[in-house]
Amino acid sequence: MTGTPLLAVEGLHAGYGRVSVLHGVSLSVAAGRIVAIVGPNGAGKTTLMGAVMGLLPRRGTVHFAGAEAGATEDLVAAGAVLVPETRALFTDMSVADNLLLGAWTRRRAGRSDRDAALGEVFALFPRLGERRHQRAATLSGGERQMLALGRALMARPRLLLLDEPSLGLAPRIVADIFRVLARLRAQGLAILLVEQNARAALAVADHAYVLELGTVVLHGEAAALAADARVAATYLGTGAPA
Amino acid sequence: MTPFVFLALLQDGLATGAIYLLLAVGLLIAFSVTRVIFVPQGDLLALATLTAAQLESGQVPGTLWVLDALAALALLLDLARLRGRMRWRALLPWALYPAAVTLAALFGPRAAPWFAKLLALGVITPLGPLIWRFAFRPVADAPVLTLLILATALHFVVAGVGMVAFGPDGASVAPLVAATLLLGPFAVSGQSLAILLCCAALVLALRFFFAATLTGRALRAAASDRLGARLVGIDAAGSGSRAFALAAFIAALSGILIGAATPIAYDAGFEIGLKGFVAAIIGGLASYPAAAAGAVLVGVLESLGSFWSSAYRDVIVFALLIPVLAWLSWRSRGAGGA
Amino acid sequence: MMLPAYYVTLAGYIGLATIVALGLVLLTGIAGQTSFGQASFAGLAAYATALLPGTPPPLALLAGLVLTGSVAWLLGLITARLSGHFLALCSVAWGISFSALFGTLPWLHGFNGIGGIRPLTLGPLSAADPLVTVAVIWAAVALSWLALRNLLDSRPGRAIRTLAAARDMAESMGIDTVRLSRATFVLAALAAALSGFLFAHFQRFISPTPFSLTASIEYLFMVIIGGAAHLPGALLGAVLVTLLREELTDWIPRLTGATGNFEAVAFSLVVIVLLQRAPGGLFAVLRARLPAAGAPVRAAAAAPAHAAAPPPAAGPAPPALVVAGISKRFGGLAANQDVSFTVGAAEIVALIGPNGAGKSTLFDIISGQLRADLGEVRLFGHPVGRLPARHIAARGLARTFQHVKLLPGMSVGGNIALGAHLAGRCGVLRAMLRADRAEERRLHALAAAAATRVGLADLLGRPAGTLALGQQRLVEIARALCLAPRLLLLDEPAAGLRHQEKQALAALLRQLRAEGVAVLLVEHDMGFVMDLADRVVVMEFGRRIAEGVPAAVQADPAVLEAYLGGAP
Repeated sequence: MTGTPLLAVEGLHAGYGRVSVLHGVSLSVAAGRIVAIVGPNGAGKTTLMGAVMGLLPRRGTVHFAGAEAGATEDLVAAGAVLVPETRALFTDMSVADNLLLGAWTRRRAGRSDRDAALGEVFALFPRLGERRHQRAATLSGGERQMLALGRALMARPRLLLLDEPSLGLAPRIVADIFRVLARLRAQGLAILLVEQNARAALAVADHAYVLELGTVVLHGEAAALAADARVAATYLGTGAPA
Repeated sequence: MTPFVFLALLQDGLATGAIYLLLAVGLLIAFSVTRVIFVPQGDLLALATLTAAQLESGQVPGTLWVLDALAALALLLDLARLRGRMRWRALLPWALYPAAVTLAALFGPRAAPWFAKLLALGVITPLGPLIWRFAFRPVADAPVLTLLILATALHFVVAGVGMVAFGPDGASVAPLVAATLLLGPFAVSGQSLAILLCCAALVLALRFFFAATLTGRALRAAASDRLGARLVGIDAAGSGSRAFALAAFIAALSGILIGAATPIAYDAGFEIGLKGFVAAIIGGLASYPAAAAGAVLVGVLESLGSFWSSAYRDVIVFALLIPVLAWLSWRSRGAGGA
Repeated sequence: MMLPAYYVTLAGYIGLATIVALGLVLLTGIAGQTSFGQASFAGLAAYATALLPGTPPPLALLAGLVLTGSVAWLLGLITARLSGHFLALCSVAWGISFSALFGTLPWLHGFNGIGGIRPLTLGPLSAADPLVTVAVIWAAVALSWLALRNLLDSRPGRAIRTLAAARDMAESMGIDTVRLSRATFVLAALAAALSGFLFAHFQRFISPTPFSLTASIEYLFMVIIGGAAHLPGALLGAVLVTLLREELTDWIPRLTGATGNFEAVAFSLVVIVLLQRAPGGLFAVLRARLPAAGAPVRAAAAAPAHAAAPPPAAGPAPPALVVAGISKRFGGLAANQDVSFTVGAAEIVALIGPNGAGKSTLFDIISGQLRADLGEVRLFGHPVGRLPARHIAARGLARTFQHVKLLPGMSVGGNIALGAHLAGRCGVLRAMLRADRAEERRLHALAAAAATRVGLADLLGRPAGTLALGQQRLVEIARALCLAPRLLLLDEPAAGLRHQEKQALAALLRQLRAEGVAVLLVEHDMGFVMDLADRVVVMEFGRRIAEGVPAAVQADPAVLEAYLGGAP
């Protein structure tokens, strides 16, 4: 990777209360790249996303687009948008309203800008267009993930942070979601992808970090890691003792 | 009780019920966005009546200076905090708005009833966001019970402001409509009709606000999913401020409406606010239609109760809560399992 | 100026307020339930004694306590299951209703009040001397304080401390939280009643005003100002608020020329600032300033060998756990679909699977926190699917939690002793009278023995919240061991443990197995799981996808697929 990365994380420590989960994680994401973070449950992947977004207290530095990252709202306005593991949809509101609110940080950009973004999201996920007047609570798991992604895209982000987009989804839908991620990357969007489904993540990513017990134990080209037996060992304990 | 007496009581009860409904709606908005049970809402109601009454009598009310002082303090604190990175857009309202209201109060036709009422709305509404700013924003993530105790303490503070600004005597405002409509032998008070109309208009306006405007949707989003709202960039403090502005506006409007029927003293708001609570609790602090039904029920019961025994009026209203709470408790037993 | 008399009177009022505030510390600060109705409870007892003029004071007191206790018990019946703010608002309702009744019922003489109440006498001591009544008041303060202090340091007291934030955990330790929270509520009401009775005889005149909603709120403010979580906070708050009120009622009118309830405004401002800056109240502030008085570490009494689980009965013992066709849906999401497996007696079974596979849901169903939509759970041959968690605990199942559920401010020993709740019988009354010491020693010995088994014997006196996460997990395991379980459910026990700690934990679990205890564990550290487990059950999408000995599961392509995902 050359030049200033879009997202640069240095020596990140974070946790909940007294319990520290991350122990000095450093990573970077270049513009237009997909970077995957893989690792078993409890490795600290979700904590990492929360700490980067400013949802948790943290130590260490986070730079986005060359500037020190501040409050969550400011980071969103600057173009870094997180889709959390829980999706955090506005379940008692319609699909259309959820998407509209995704463009909250661009509310002064005018109606045509918003309608254009809405059109792009519906082109990417035609199902959302069909269900635009339905309440988000009535959507299926896959549709909810599409809505969460669509809502994030409405902000026209430069970096998308995705936490376990495949969680609880059937394999066919997971494949759909990953195809969409590849398309977004082709449009120049950078993606930081946290995934337990390592094979799918490594297949779509350019670069990857393996997180175990709050530290990066391996990182490199995604293709190389996909062939590395040590990755499987962190999941199933078949290799060296954990 | 003759049918005419019954109808007259019913008419009173409906009008009062409409006020309780407004207060219940204000409470629900503030609670669903910020988890604060807005106890001082009733005190703001009293401040609005007294402010309007004093303006109508040609005086400049003390609440205006309270607004100016609080806004100036907020402005100074924000300036000190932001130092380097100025965000004028965010600060400007706290400078311009109080100045405009103050000028209007000093030099406008403040004794004109309509102008006095508008001005009272203008003075009391921003106290909501200011209360949020100073009392609740610093502890926005505290447990609900902490926020409740804080809100209870604020009730005494706001009532104290009323005491200092207006003294212990009650005052009333000129009615919006002085006329009385005669339907055969039955008299319908114009003010009661005006209250019902204002209430309906406000409910419709709120429906439009929450369903069709982006700001309204953002408030619903903040109430629906806190994390989701932060992640689309809706700033939580701003949502709280807007919710409190709405609640304070509703309180002020209620004060102007009810103040034409009854003289209101600085300490009368608390009990009126509590009746709004009863309505909101009947709605389970969540459902607007149930709260509306509760409000009308409370208003009518109170009105009928005061006919039989004015002394037991309040007991009847608050005792109404017990079966409702028992039902809520029983329901949670069914759902909770363990 | 009659200075001495003035101070005697002031001391009386401070004592009266302290008694109510002590009850509120228990109810609000420790059990986490806010009440805006304490003054009305005081009023019930005060009116009771005023309306029984000829009755000997002890009998009148008894009448007041019985009346208040019954009313509180009935209200508790209605409100015990309401969540925090509903209970608080409900208390506003009865606070207002009672004080309105005091003011309107003709036989209570409205706001004219009832006068001529006899002062208390102590044998030959003069009835006219207010000092006698004040002495009685402070004796009552001392007794209430002692009783509550005893209570808080006891089996029911530990359980009361779980009510604020850890009711789920408490239920799975066998604690009946609904009954306990009702008992707490009644106790706080009785403290208020005691104060109300004394107030009537001290003031010798009562009217509705001191029992109003405002008075109730003032009691709450006292506790917030003094420090709600500790008994000294009640005294501190009562002293400060009472003195401040005296001073302010003197000074404010002179300063402002106006009359009104300005003391309340002043208290409110203090409360607002404290809640924002020092939510623990002044007591917490003072304690942080003072040098710590080295909390005495309760030395682990020589632990008598804790009778381990009874060995499995001779003959074909039923399996420890049978899960048969369990299904559970949350809205559109199927968390468990037709899951079946068994855990034999003295067997270690691991339940593994990717995030969101439904393992935690299944754990909650087995331990009674959740109810399955379909299917059956049998524990040692008995169906338990319909039982609440505390009854399942009594049948020999103990569990730990994925997100550690300890009381961070309580000592490690106290936390572990929560698990021994079912091994004791002492209730609130015996605890307050300190008649529970023999049993307490036994429970603490059980806790110390359990702590020794998990290697925490040296840390018994430390607040649990100061331990590292891994050690906190061990505290949870020790707490579970105190239940003398025959089936142990462990949710991610090894997360956050260091390598050596993990080995020690594995050794402990093997030893438990040798003693006849069955273990079902969810764990993500595969090295740990594969070394330890006799069998492994794998779940994905709420279904069981594989089951077998560790080596077979590790080689199963379906399992590899589940974890690493199919190649797209």
